[in-house]
Amino acid sequence: MKLKLHIWRQKGPKAQGKMVTYEVPDASEHMSFLEMLDVLNERLIEKGEDPVAFDHDCREGICGMCGFVINGLPHGPKQATTTCQLHMRSFKDGDEITLEPWRAGSFPIVKDLAVDRGAFDRVIAAGGFVSVNTGAAQDGNAIPISKTIADLAMDAAACIGCGACVAACPNAAAMLFVAAKVSHLNLLPQGKPEKYARARNMVAQMDKEGFGNCTNARECEAACPKTIGVEFIARMNRDFLTGSLFDRPEGTGGGGA
Amino acid sequence: MGCSTGCWVWSLLNSSIGKKTVMAITGLALFGFVVAHLVGNLQVFIPDDGKSINAYGHLLKSKPALIWTARLTLLALLFAHVITAIRLSLENNAARPVGYQVKNWREASYASRTMMISGPLIFLYVVYHLLHFTVGVVHPKFDHEDVYRNVILGFQSTPAALVYIAAMLMLATHLRHGLWSLCQTLGINHPKYTPALKAGSTVVAAAIAVGYISIPVSVMIGILK
Ligand code: HEM
Ligand code: FES
Repeated sequence: MKLKLHIWRQKGPKAQGKMVTYEVPDASEHMSFLEMLDVLNERLIEKGEDPVAFDHDCREGICGMCGFVINGLPHGPKQATTTCQLHMRSFKDGDEITLEPWRAGSFPIVKDLAVDRGAFDRVIAAGGFVSVNTGAAQDGNAIPISKTIADLAMDAAACIGCGACVAACPNAAAMLFVAAKVSHLNLLPQGKPEKYARARNMVAQMDKEGFGNCTNARECEAACPKTIGVEFIARMNRDFLTGSLFDRPEGTGGGGA
Repeated sequence: MGCSTGCWVWSLLNSSIGKKTVMAITGLALFGFVVAHLVGNLQVFIPDDGKSINAYGHLLKSKPALIWTARLTLLALLFAHVITAIRLSLENNAARPVGYQVKNWREASYASRTMMISGPLIFLYVVYHLLHFTVGVVHPKFDHEDVYRNVILGFQSTPAALVYIAAMLMLATHLRHGLWSLCQTLGINHPKYTPALKAGSTVVAAAIAVGYISIPVSVMIGILK
């Protein structure tokens, strides 16, 4: 199949970028999207031009490295699919495809389609952990967890941190990512003791990073390759508000002796 | 202890979720007013030549403490709603300094993407509405004592009636997203009742619009005179 690609090219974080058009005359429908770009890049290298930079690692939808906006949709037209899992059979001969990086001030462009998602790491560092000495492995089932709660926590934990939610959001908000990370720990007994501090600290870091504010447009859940739902955002809002209103500051005892 | 309370309130109100909560609570309260106001207005349909609605108008005016408390509360709510909307929108625009050349939407409803259009239009409408039926300066023949006549004469002007109809469609759009959205913001989302909440928002928003629009339409087609 013959394709025309409009790709955002930007030499570095501070450089001025622009759309550049490339032709791929002989893409096969069996190629993955990234393989098609590999072919383009090899040709660019042979011609002595700069190849298109894009992030990728596992190429099987589990690491969260890959992703750019394909024709206005993060990770492209197929739902529940990362860019690396997308195949050229989702396109037709003669298609024009526009590729843009995740657009958010909190995700500065490194080069071309690759962005710096360090903001996500700093949000995790603010509370996406459980502060206990893990020691030796527990006996299985020593801490009872119901199947529904375990499943719900697992659904939240499916987040691979790719950033498609931010890219899809009309406000470049990171609420779905943060909600997934807050919820998967807050739902489980091991995460409960720090539940309110976690919600408040991670939201505070999210705000500090300059992400936008959710308007409940639900584009994030539609774009999420792991189909994580906005129900987790409601859950995070509950934990954040409850924590803000009722969590006791340290050193405020309950009276008595 | 002074700062420990001061600080948490301040940081709550300035957080993303805190500001959204302000939108949700003020929006809910304004919605409560919209419903109560509609119930009051529908008294124009009681076939007693306007006695009921005029009596209702007099009742409200005879309690200045009550009506001024209500007016100032509504004004404060609207002020908080608008200021917070502006703050949130400025932050949202700043969060994406460079936009997309191609952007496709999958789930975001038209209503959700135009809150910052429907909202300001509603605001302009509210100003017009107050000048029209409360202050009376843009009304052809305003009579402070006769609410019923003011409504009939007001809507016999087709442009005025059309402004009201358009404004109520805007309000319906705003509430269609707003009602569900405020539940989500306040953390109310659960597989047991979310489908009902979403459908309910659309039904309630449409019912509000139909209710309000029925008044100018009835005057235009001569049912009310
Ligand atoms: C009678 C007047 C109004 C009513 C009943 C009303 C109602 C609501 C409700 C219920 C919400 C949902 C809150 C949430 O998302 O959590 C909302 C949101 C909003 N309103 Fe209003 N509103 C009114 C006037 C205005 C005005 C005058 C503006 C103009 C600046 C405005 C702008 C907004 C914006 C920007 C949102 C946030 C949208 C979002 O988060 O998606 N509203 N409103
Ligand atoms: S490269 Fe790992 S998820 Fe796509």
